[in-house]
Order: sequence, then C-alpha cells, then structure tokens
Amino acid sequence: MLEFKLPSLGADMDEGTLVQWQIKPGDVVKRGDVVAVVDTSKAAIDVESWIAGTVQELLVQAGDKIPVGTVMALLAEPGEAVATTAAADAEAVKEIPAEAAKKGASKGASKKSSVNGPKPAKTTGETPTLRRKISPAARRRAEELGVKLEQLEGSGPQGAITLADVNAALAAASEKRDARPVKAAAVPDPARDRRADMRRTIAAAMARSKREIPHYYLGQSIPLDAAMTWLETCNAQRPLTERVLLAALLLKVVALAARKYPELNGFYREDRFEPGPGVHLGVAISLRGGGLIAPALHDCDSRPLGELMQGLSDLVRRARSGSLRSSEVADPTLTVTNLGEQSVAEVYGVIYPPQVALVGFGGISEQVIADKGAIRVAPVLHISLSADHRVSDGHRGALFLAHIAALLQDPARLGREAA
Amino acid sequence: MNAEELRALILTELARIAPEIEAANLDPQAALHAQVDLDSMDWLNFLIALHQHVGVDIPEADYARLGSLNAIHDYLWQKINTSG
Repeated sequence: MLEFKLPSLGADMDEGTLVQWQIKPGDVVKRGDVVAVVDTSKAAIDVESWIAGTVQELLVQAGDKIPVGTVMALLAEPGEAVATTAAADAEAVKEIPAEAAKKGASKGASKKSSVNGPKPAKTTGETPTLRRKISPAARRRAEELGVKLEQLEGSGPQGAITLADVNAALAAASEKRDARPVKAAAVPDPARDRRADMRRTIAAAMARSKREIPHYYLGQSIPLDAAMTWLETCNAQRPLTERVLLAALLLKVVALAARKYPELNGFYREDRFEPGPGVHLGVAISLRGGGLIAPALHDCDSRPLGELMQGLSDLVRRARSGSLRSSEVADPTLTVTNLGEQSVAEVYGVIYPPQVALVGFGGISEQVIADKGAIRVAPVLHISLSADHRVSDGHRGALFLAHIAALLQDPARLGREAA
Repeated sequence: MNAEELRALILTELARIAPEIEAANLDPQAALHAQVDLDSMDWLNFLIALHQHVGVDIPEADYARLGSLNAIHDYLWQKINTSG
C-alpha cells in the first residue's frame, strides 16, 4: 500500500485546504496526474501525484486544512490486489488512520496552528457525492462572489462548471436583486481575505529572507541592440502565435548562466547549500488585483527557446487563472523578476528562501554607448543579481552577470545556445 | 464582420485579458497602454486572440501603428478589407 502525502507547496506554503478530490476509490493514477485541488494562501493548486497506483481510499475531506506531509489517500501499488470488499476496507480503516493520525499529531504538536489530522474516512467504499467538475478559474470566481456551486448548471465537458456559467449565474442573481431593495452587504469579502492572506505570506517569506540571508548585490548595464535585432529577425519568420518575447529570451540566457555557475542555482537548507536538480527558474508574476507568485518554469536551460516561450505563456495564464500545479510552486531554483515594463530603471530583489539568488531586470532605455572607440545609440538593459553570501562571493556573481552580458551581445552564440 | 462587430470584438478580447477594465470608461482615441495595465505577454495574447478571430497577421513592425483602440480598429479593418 502506498501513502499519498500532501507534497510541498513551496517554502512559504506549509499547509493547505482540500478544495476537491479529482480522484475516487478505484481510479488508476499515474505519476503527474492531478489528484486534488488544494487551496493555499497564495493560490488554488492542482496537486499532482508523485506515485502511481490504484486509489484505495481517500483519508481527507473537502474543507479539511492539512499540513504538508499529511497522508491524504492510500493507493494500491500496481500489481497489488485492490481490496474491494467491505471487510477489507474496514480493516484498512482500522489500521491505517491510527498510524496516519499519529503522524498528523506529531506534525501538529510542532506547530501551533489548528490543523486537523487526517480524519478516519467515513466515506470508505462510497464514491464522494459532492464532486463537481469545475474549472479552477470558475471555482475561484464563484468563491469570490459567494456563488454556491450546487446552484450552478455546468455547460462544460461532462457537465463541468465554467467561468461563463458562474458569470451567468451572477448576472441572473443580480437581475433578481435589482428588483428588490438592496441590503447593505455585511458579508466578509473572500477576495479581500485572500489578498490579506497573500500579503501575510509574502511578508513572512521576505522578513525571513532579510533576517537570515546575507545578501550582496551586483548590477550591470547591457547594450541590447544585438539581442533585439536577433529576436526581431527570428520573430519575422514565425507566425504570430509562435512569436517569442524578450522576456523568454532573458529567461533562457539566465538559465544558461545558472548552469555554468551552479552556486547561484539551488537551495540553502540546514546550514548547507544544495545545488538545484535542474534549472527551474521561478518567474515572478504579478497578479491582477495585487499580489505576486513565482512558479517554476522547468528546465529553462535545456528547452529550446520556442518551447520555453510557450511554457512561459501557459504559466502566466495559469498563474493568473489560479490553476498552477504543485510541482511548479514547489521547486523553483532561482527566481527572476522583470520590472522593466513598468519603466523602473533598476530592481534589486529580495531572495526567496530557501533559494540563494535572484536576478532582476530593470527597464530598457536608449543610451549613448562608447564602444571600441566609436559612439552609438542603443537600447540598454539593466540587470542585477542579489545573492546569498553564505553560498557565493561577489567574484563568482560578477562572472555570472558577465556571462549573461556576453551571450546577449553575441547573436551568433545566442542562436547556437538559445534556439 | 462589420465595423461595429469588430469594435465589439476588440473590447471583448481586451476584457478577457484585463477583466478589471470598464469598456465604457476607455477613451478610444487615447493611448491604450496608459489606460490599461498590459505587459508584453498580455499584449501578445490580445493580438493572438484578434488574429484568431479575424485571420489577419500583425507583424511586430506594425506595433507602433496600434497605439489606441481606434488605431487597432482601423488597422484591422483596413487589413480585413484589403485581403479580400
């Protein structure tokens, strides 16, 4: 029997509330399948399975708040006989929840938070009846508006509730409301609560960073004419739907440099540095309505630029619609923030623990450049590095930035290494 | 598609990217970027959506001609009608 535990949802998210199971007993689950939707202070996350097997039993119910590491479900290993009889189920319930509850208790003891241990599943052998298929964006919207899911008709595939259904329900409700005198709303505003939660989460991570991490900062201005010309030429040959943004090219270049200087890519945990298992850049994405999330774009160093752009586009869309996957929030190895589009000149960021560095892109401005005895006017980009002095020194940090600068000024090399 | 439908399409797709906007409060003559918070990703997604509806290619070199809602409308309208 395999235990499916709530996986890490990022260093600053150590508990979550189960919103909905996406599996039921008897389902066959592959590694990477989305098995549940779990709400955290930052976003609703599609939790992926990291094990494969047949679902035996669900131990946690929608609405339960559980810490990372809680056993959420039991899966039979491939080949293992699935207990289907009521007797076998009853036995499983007797044994496993006791053990699971013990684990939950020991976790709970080290924390003050009022976390429920996994409940002995009352629903053993039954199919949960409250499962409604609903898109994450629709669920979020419904929550924000206080629309009850039971009242909604789903028009999506297999009766799934879509954003349009929620909006239609809202429109219908407001028509009714218009006919009545409006009461002053004293109900709590879930959207505002989430903003407050997110603010607290960011505050905790950033305060910890400034308390624990001895930052050092480096900055450099890089002429960007060569890189922009190269990108324009590439894009002129691509259809609109495959156009590559400068933001994607910059991520690519940072990833190549991070591979070369691995002490900037990874985690500082228990007084030592662990190099990242790959270059998974955390992309700082500002959310409409405020707040920030930095999910991982996986394997930025090895994926071709076009594919990276598609991945970035998809990641931004899902971050804003609230359907990130657990592997994306869990494991960025180096964060990149890009504030250039807001026309700031420079940004020196705060490292996101337990990461050990952060790269910041400022704005692009036209400047006069003296180069090899000649003068020209070119777009110039400011790039910064904030890094953890426990892990790296300024000299290595400077080489890292110099490598980025060299790549961006040598289109032939960019073409070879990025595309 | 007539000119009015094209105008409605532009506003619908813009609202899909930036749900916080109130179409009625936008000045169609004024710079769009000054009125709506659009980053380069939002902008590209907006153009892709328009492209998929009207089938018109929008090269990067033409971005400078797409400063306001009216300019976007006129640009697309002209391209739709010249491409046949």
